[in-house]
Amino acid sequence: MIVVAGAGPAGIAAALRVHECGAPVTVIDDNPAPGGQIWRGMENKWVARLRASGVPVLTGTRIISGEPQARTLLLETPAGSPRTITYTKLIIATGSRELFLPFPGWTLPGVFGAGGLQALAKAGLPVAGKKIVVGGSGPLLLAVAAYLRERGAEVKLIAEQTSQTRLAWFAGVVLRSPQKLWQGGGLAWTLAGVPYITDCRIVSATGAGRLESVTLQRGDHTWNEDCDYAAIGFGLVPNHELALLLGASPDILIAATGEVELSIVEGEIAGFLAAGHPQRAASLFPKRAKARRFASALQHAFALRDELRALPHPDTIVCRCEDVTLERLRAFPDARAAKLHTRCGMGPCQGRVCGPATEFLFGWSAGSLRPPCFPTRLRNLLPATTE
Amino acid sequence: MAEHITLILNGHSLTVPAGVTVAVAILMRGETHFRTSVSGQPRGPLCGMGICYECRVNIDGQAHARSCQIIALDGMEIHT
Repeated sequence: MIVVAGAGPAGIAAALRVHECGAPVTVIDDNPAPGGQIWRGMENKWVARLRASGVPVLTGTRIISGEPQARTLLLETPAGSPRTITYTKLIIATGSRELFLPFPGWTLPGVFGAGGLQALAKAGLPVAGKKIVVGGSGPLLLAVAAYLRERGAEVKLIAEQTSQTRLAWFAGVVLRSPQKLWQGGGLAWTLAGVPYITDCRIVSATGAGRLESVTLQRGDHTWNEDCDYAAIGFGLVPNHELALLLGASPDILIAATGEVELSIVEGEIAGFLAAGHPQRAASLFPKRAKARRFASALQHAFALRDELRALPHPDTIVCRCEDVTLERLRAFPDARAAKLHTRCGMGPCQGRVCGPATEFLFGWSAGSLRPPCFPTRLRNLLPATTE
Repeated sequence: MAEHITLILNGHSLTVPAGVTVAVAILMRGETHFRTSVSGQPRGPLCGMGICYECRVNIDGQAHARSCQIIALDGMEIHT
């Protein structure tokens, strides 16, 4: 049995390719339904093909730990019980999460990730009439703003941290790709009238117990915007925890993810390789090379500016699980020392939020990872029953 | 499947469309304080995708459930 971890674009593409090669395959995913974040709550051709294929998808299921030598994974079912699964090959397609960077007030309820608020809207949250400020960096901000606006939200503005120059360069890249141009044109149409402000960042959020307004800065100009919600994200970081936990093994393939076209082709390649069809995998390398070129253009266009490191104040919380402030972290040379002394990264998110933030702020690397890679009940870590 | 379901949020009944997540149901009521942090601050959902654990609530007696990843079901009892 080939096991695919993740039912987003990469995982779905991988599972379908394995299935088409005639090998048995099972998909495991933490979310309530397949589609990952980008296709959450959506019916599209990939999700429909997965459903039609009959490939089993274990939804609401988390991978807690694994034994690469025994080729087994320890899972937690939606009911919270343990379960093990054995694989011949494992395809890790755990996708990405948003990069969150600390600034004063970012812990207030009502401040969401950009993809975070979109995910909630996709899960049924009504946003009609809500005043929303979108900020951070990357093309996701435009997609999120358009999605919210289509559902009746009053998107007040989009604050993009990158410069006008880089954005103009990126527009040139988009102009050379008819498909991207088509997508961009659709977004521009939906967002007509919403200010898209470059060189701009949200420097603080305030409110009594919940978000009421944000302060923005562009050059020397600083101003406030009242809002019900803020949707703020600074790009994507890979969910590499499972790969770090299991380590390198000939039985494990990793589908790199990020931008959706790259994720799909990476998944297809991993699927063909796992099913024993290296030539079919190799035939997709040119497609992957093209997707990678676009991904690196994105990276250049929306590279994070140094000014963002100055956003948090000494008393700004960096680790939200353990409420560790910037000034407490500054006393330490690396992530490990900070963790041992302050508990930064030891809370339920296991450093998924503060890890990439401290990497950006201080250049710290999270280093090794120990099981369990998601919080679970102790009884689930006792010798599990194999079905 | 019924079009609406009713759940109990902090002792009050709350009717929401079937299929929404618990986090969405709570936000639909206008509640944004999902949990209280270790230093006593109110917190609500951030990532919306089961990563950040800020949306933890108690569901049917089970503490620390991630409300953004769980579909609300009829009769569920939720405490923030």
